[in-house]
Amino acid sequence: MIPELGHFALSLALLVALAQAALPLYGAFANLPAWIAVARPAALAQLLLVAVAFACLTAAFISGDFSVQYVADHSNSRLPLIYRIAGVWGGHEGSLLLWSLILAAWSGAVAAFTRHIPDRIAARILAVLALISIGFFLFMLLTSNPFERLFPAAADGRDLNPLLQDIGLAVHPPMLYAGYVGFSVAFAFAVAALLGGRLDAAWARWARPWTNLAWCFLTVGIALGSWWAYYELGWGGWWFWDPVENASFMPWLAGTALLHSLAATANRGAFKAWTVLLAVCAFSLSLLGAFLVRSGVLTSVHAFATDPARGLFILIFLGIVVGGSLALYAWRAPALASYIRFAPVSREMALLINNVLFGALCFAVLTGTLYPLVLDALTGAKISVGEPYFNFLFAVIGAPLALFMGAGALLRWKRDRAARALPKLLAPAAASLVVGFAWPLSMAQAYSVNAALGLSLGCWVVFSSLVTLIDRAGGGDRGGDRGGGGGARWRGLLRAPAAVYGMTVAHLGVGVFIIGVTFTNAYSIEKDLRLSSGEMAQVGGYAFRFDGVSAHRGPNYAAARGEFVAQRAAAGGEFQPGAGVALRPEKRTYLVQKNPMTEAAIDAGLTRDLYVALGEELERGAWSVRIYYKPFIRWIWLGALLMAAGGLVAATDKRYRRRAESATTDAIAADSVAADHVSPPPPGRPQPALG
Amino acid sequence: MNRFVIPLLAFAVVVAFLGVGLTLKPRELPSPLIGQPAPAFALPGLQPGARFDSAQMQGRAYLLNVWASWCAACLDEHPLINQLAQAGMRIVGLNYKDDAGDATAWLQRFGNPYAHIPVDRDGRVGIEFGVYGVPETYLIDARGVIRFKHTGPLNAEVVRRELLPLLGAMRRDGESS
Repeated sequence: MIPELGHFALSLALLVALAQAALPLYGAFANLPAWIAVARPAALAQLLLVAVAFACLTAAFISGDFSVQYVADHSNSRLPLIYRIAGVWGGHEGSLLLWSLILAAWSGAVAAFTRHIPDRIAARILAVLALISIGFFLFMLLTSNPFERLFPAAADGRDLNPLLQDIGLAVHPPMLYAGYVGFSVAFAFAVAALLGGRLDAAWARWARPWTNLAWCFLTVGIALGSWWAYYELGWGGWWFWDPVENASFMPWLAGTALLHSLAATANRGAFKAWTVLLAVCAFSLSLLGAFLVRSGVLTSVHAFATDPARGLFILIFLGIVVGGSLALYAWRAPALASYIRFAPVSREMALLINNVLFGALCFAVLTGTLYPLVLDALTGAKISVGEPYFNFLFAVIGAPLALFMGAGALLRWKRDRAARALPKLLAPAAASLVVGFAWPLSMAQAYSVNAALGLSLGCWVVFSSLVTLIDRAGGGDRGGDRGGGGGARWRGLLRAPAAVYGMTVAHLGVGVFIIGVTFTNAYSIEKDLRLSSGEMAQVGGYAFRFDGVSAHRGPNYAAARGEFVAQRAAAGGEFQPGAGVALRPEKRTYLVQKNPMTEAAIDAGLTRDLYVALGEELERGAWSVRIYYKPFIRWIWLGALLMAAGGLVAATDKRYRRRAESATTDAIAADSVAADHVSPPPPGRPQPALG
Repeated sequence: MNRFVIPLLAFAVVVAFLGVGLTLKPRELPSPLIGQPAPAFALPGLQPGARFDSAQMQGRAYLLNVWASWCAACLDEHPLINQLAQAGMRIVGLNYKDDAGDATAWLQRFGNPYAHIPVDRDGRVGIEFGVYGVPETYLIDARGVIRFKHTGPLNAEVVRRELLPLLGAMRRDGESS
């Protein structure tokens, strides 16, 4: 009964979405207030209905209703409760339902929190979101119904894929989807602007917090995925350039470009058509990701069970949504194109460089991901494009990106002088070279010049971001350096808009990330050893003692658990009894699906991770063991979290929530006067998020 | 032409390829090498100190599987390769443009079906075999002649439809000659 209720709620949600799409769209076209007014309540009703459907499926999972096909395929009576709940999105059908729920939640949030946006524009935005919802509801109801019954009911379920039985993976998809789907809000803003034929600085300001939030979720989602791959896949790496990883990374790159281009649009009315195109691209790449993951056109480690019929549906959907919006763009964008003048040394130019480089990165990833597919279509060959390609391109495009990031944020709008900006950058440049070249000396291994260069780059981003914050808070943003006094500077720091703080935090995150990647790549030690009980091994300045393996039993798996003790190797190489940290890696065999799983044991630290994974049993008491020493690997995820935190802080900027009329006029007016250095500039420069 | 149309056109091209990709069945590539003697090669092995010489395989049929730890499609076919090895098939795994540490870890994690693992770090041997991409699989008979080639991940159907009948035929030939 409960599954049927869910099915019914889903069908009703489709009907509501149809109304939410059709009525406000026509109402906005013909200017009928009563029709326009349908949008907000419809969005909230749709959210309620999808939430009911989702709750029904969750109930079926918790109660273990194996008469539902999807539950029987992805759960088991011995599955712990938390994974029974996470199992709801552990397969194709349920993850679509989660996607729809999150889309409905974003729509509901737009309906509830956009009172400052004129009703007619909000109605168009909500209608576009409803069009996307319709696609997903139809997808579920026609090809992938999670509520399908199974006759006769299964006695027990086939269990959740053991790889997914992990807390990281329980949280990872909702975060990632919140990001993917969040870009549909930016997309809806863009399409609404194209439909209305009006796009001004106010529009960009309204779109910014939504784009920021979506981007934050995506950043956290990707970081969680990377962290999960690190400890759960048992490879000790943090990024594999797998097609599915790339599928999440491409919208991130496009979204990052969008954040920066929105800054130019919101402040200077620049790059309008380009911003709209990026908003369309970010969401299109999210949809493309969904297509690649679910259609089976590319092989990947974590592709969902694939089905060509589903692939065809998504492809048609992709064609309608993206093709339709790009056709709209081709038709309406010429009217939006902005011709704004700016000097070669200006913040606009810095943002332009940012966009070009991010565009290039995104294109490189897209090419690398689709190349095997194109080759398959042309010649029938099936191949993988490997890590070397991506790593090379990221070094080549990413390094200039980091270099420009430090300098670009310091520049003023419209026109700046290199003679003003460059002296301010001398100190951070010198400091980053000193720190960057000195830091590798602290490592026990041989000096690496590559590491020194990478660390200098990371430090450069950190130091120059701090200098930029002080400069912009202390009046450097204004016409001259008149606010230069110490006291004024600190007061300026307190008054600086949230967006400036957000940008600084996010850029610091990039620096921390670069430092983490550099250390991990240059100084990781990975050893494959054969150890018998009681034997010792030295890895990366640490001594590891192996104390044998014992059998353990989990709720739905059997495990061999290794006992290790690790401690800093003393000068004499003596092992101090009672000291050190215990590490217990496991090799699990899940009872239902019979896959062996490696659970690595990790002692995490700010400056290093110790990582022990159990391989095969060789002969009596001897095991093959992998021991990794990973310096500063936490900084990679810490950097990503800082970026997300920065985006979040910037999204809270009060200026994004101002009402229509005043915002539009004063931004334009202020921009034109600010250029003359006469009156105070507009209240600040929103400029969130990272590069 | 209106420059705002360019994104639409680019997207149309992508969709065309995705559409074709959807209809594609992994199909066999005609290789000029089939029926020819396999290129002879000698390479260091993955285990320190090991060496592999293709001459040592004379006298018995074997599969040459080109793989790499960075290749997602290899993981896809790996269970099947493991099964073939368990069924008694002799498999040589040519480790293609890979890092030795990564390759070793990958095998430990997913199982090692290979009797020998020659390491083709710079892809030289791959060029001689005309490797399009990873994974690829060759069946080489007792006289060192390439009898079969599959580009892309092996799947159960290819094994059942093509590889097993070929192996059966080769076994009969071997008995009669």
